[in-house]
Amino acid sequence: MTPETPKETKTDACCQTGDVAVVDAPPPTTRRHFLFQIGIALNVVAGALITVPILGYVMSAFVKKFDLEWTNLGPISNFPEGEIRIANYENPYRRPWDGETARIPCWVRHVPGGTFQVFAINCTHLGCPVRWFAESKLFMCPCHGGAFYENGDHAAGPPPRPLYTYEYRVNGSNLEIKAGILPNIGNPGNPTEKVKGEA
Amino acid sequence: MIANAKKKITDAALGAFGWLDDRFHVTEIFEHTAGHHIPKSTSSWFYVFGSATLLCLIIQLITGTLLAMVYVPSADQAYTTLTYLNYDIPLGWMLRAIHYWGSNFMVAIMLIHMTQVYLFGAYKYPREITWMSGVLLLLITLGLAFTGQVMRFDEDAYWGIGIGASITGRSPIIGGEAVQMLLGGPIINSETLSRFFALHVFVLPGAILAIIVLHLRMVLLKGINEWPTPGVLVNRETYDKHYATIIRKEGIPFTPHGIGKDLIAGAVVIGGILLCAIIFGPKGPLGPPDPTMIDAHPRPDWAFMWIFAVAALMPDWAETLAFLVIPPIAIAFLFALPFYNNTGEKHWSRRPFAVLTVLFLYLSLGLLTVWGFTSPWSPDMIAWRAAETPAPFVKAKTPLELQGLVVLQQKQCRNCHAIDGIGGKRGPDLADVGSRLTAPQLARQVIQGGGNMPAYGKNLTPYEVDALVAYMVSLHPPGTTPALDSAKPAVYPEENSKKNAKPEAAHGEAG
Ligand code: FES
Repeated sequence: MTPETPKETKTDACCQTGDVAVVDAPPPTTRRHFLFQIGIALNVVAGALITVPILGYVMSAFVKKFDLEWTNLGPISNFPEGEIRIANYENPYRRPWDGETARIPCWVRHVPGGTFQVFAINCTHLGCPVRWFAESKLFMCPCHGGAFYENGDHAAGPPPRPLYTYEYRVNGSNLEIKAGILPNIGNPGNPTEKVKGEA
Repeated sequence: MIANAKKKITDAALGAFGWLDDRFHVTEIFEHTAGHHIPKSTSSWFYVFGSATLLCLIIQLITGTLLAMVYVPSADQAYTTLTYLNYDIPLGWMLRAIHYWGSNFMVAIMLIHMTQVYLFGAYKYPREITWMSGVLLLLITLGLAFTGQVMRFDEDAYWGIGIGASITGRSPIIGGEAVQMLLGGPIINSETLSRFFALHVFVLPGAILAIIVLHLRMVLLKGINEWPTPGVLVNRETYDKHYATIIRKEGIPFTPHGIGKDLIAGAVVIGGILLCAIIFGPKGPLGPPDPTMIDAHPRPDWAFMWIFAVAALMPDWAETLAFLVIPPIAIAFLFALPFYNNTGEKHWSRRPFAVLTVLFLYLSLGLLTVWGFTSPWSPDMIAWRAAETPAPFVKAKTPLELQGLVVLQQKQCRNCHAIDGIGGKRGPDLADVGSRLTAPQLARQVIQGGGNMPAYGKNLTPYEVDALVAYMVSLHPPGTTPALDSAKPAVYPEENSKKNAKPEAAHGEAG
């Protein structure tokens, strides 16, 4: 079906033009064969050399450890004892072109007695933003109906664990948390937290 | 005279064509591509979906390129450029709409194409690679649909990435690292958007073009699948000869004799996309991608709605399985299909299992999608202040019962429990709860929770519980009796076992 192009069958013309080498394969020890092998070898080396920086660039997000940083949530007086309030903080890893995505919300619970609990906004199921309902004292998730008690424990629905918490400290009159990551099951982001009730 | 001139012109034109043909080999290329011979039986309305999918892709490439001339993939500007496209630049809304509807049509038509190919046995010998490249094209197209939904950088996109990250985070051992890889860092920000942009406009379109070249090459090399006949089996030894005979006996050139229906279908598709674009317009953007606006209510686009539903319906232990184990296995099965089912019957009437598989998949995915859109499992976050109580549920109640209704409303019970259909659908409707549960059962359920209900014990005063229970006991439709005492037999044994399901739920930390 395919009409053969004449060039490929004209073996006798090869030696004048020099570009078509369909004659008998040259003996493996010729200079051409040697150049071919050198060419392959050089390209293997060059390929490896260029792959290193490319892979390094691409994989840097995978291997890099991002340390959490102390981030200000504002004066403690914003968080009355016994109540749960929302607070926004500036992501410590922000870029100048992050716009509004640089401001992250979280829930602050001022436990009666002077301690705090700071919860991530993200539902532990699939990360949707949980909302606090002060009357029923529940965090409810708009996605699949997950609910949490005021201390973060699982109350209902699919979430597999209590709300993620941030490590906090009181610095002078300010409340600070260690922030910087999107908490997820693979990296809950608070090494000090003791997870009970992990299902 | 005129005839002479005509002849001269024709000769000149033929001569010019001959010259060009000699340089470009147009005739030869045509014979091997658009003009290749196909079985006459395949010039059918059932065979137009492949070319229609390709047409959608071309529309996507053109509109996508035009959108990219304005769109800025940066977290602080993307949203602004989307609204600029919608409202300021002439016909920008139209291009966004065509791109959005083009993607919907592409996914839908591709699914039809794949179903047709499956039911017609076209994946069998010798078209294994055609099928496998098609599976890759499906995956890339879904990838484009997902990353495209992120390009519409609004609140849904923001929380949608969060959902993607949460699923990724469940990978064993490397979960945290995989999330960083997905987001381009530890958190959702500009780098996340840029990385999805690179995928959406460079990586995935590049891949799809490369694989389409392979796909079409295979269609040309191995031919288009002949219309299957019941009882004609595919046999590796004889099939090639059989196909060659079909082409020799009843082959027609694809262009111009076989392409007519494809052209008409193509025009219909373009018309459909335009019509949808004009009637429904572009999708979104919804609210800005501002994480601090937490009254978001994230929903994926329809192609991923079934995943959203699966996420809500799965028991906890099955979720990692459902998200990270089953999909790769399913894809592997799909991919390898021509190897474990390579020969034999092609016609659907002789392949009941194939037909049932298709029915099962469409029914279950369809049902999950419908559920996803209605999402009865999501609480109605504003029901506690916005849901009304129909008159029959207020009339002739005692003061204590009315107090109970106020508690019910104020304690946000309506977010999950409707009264006569008004309110959240997460929990059972309370319209007839008094005929299902007795006062002690209701009190226990409220205080201790159970099933999927949180415990309200520390949250209600004894007086509030009394009022609430009194109100609910009064809720039994006219003509039904109140529920019997639980001490007597024949009352809802599952309510008792439910209450024991999660005893720890009742022990919230002392506040
Ligand atoms: S994301 Fe919160 S319940 Fe699914």
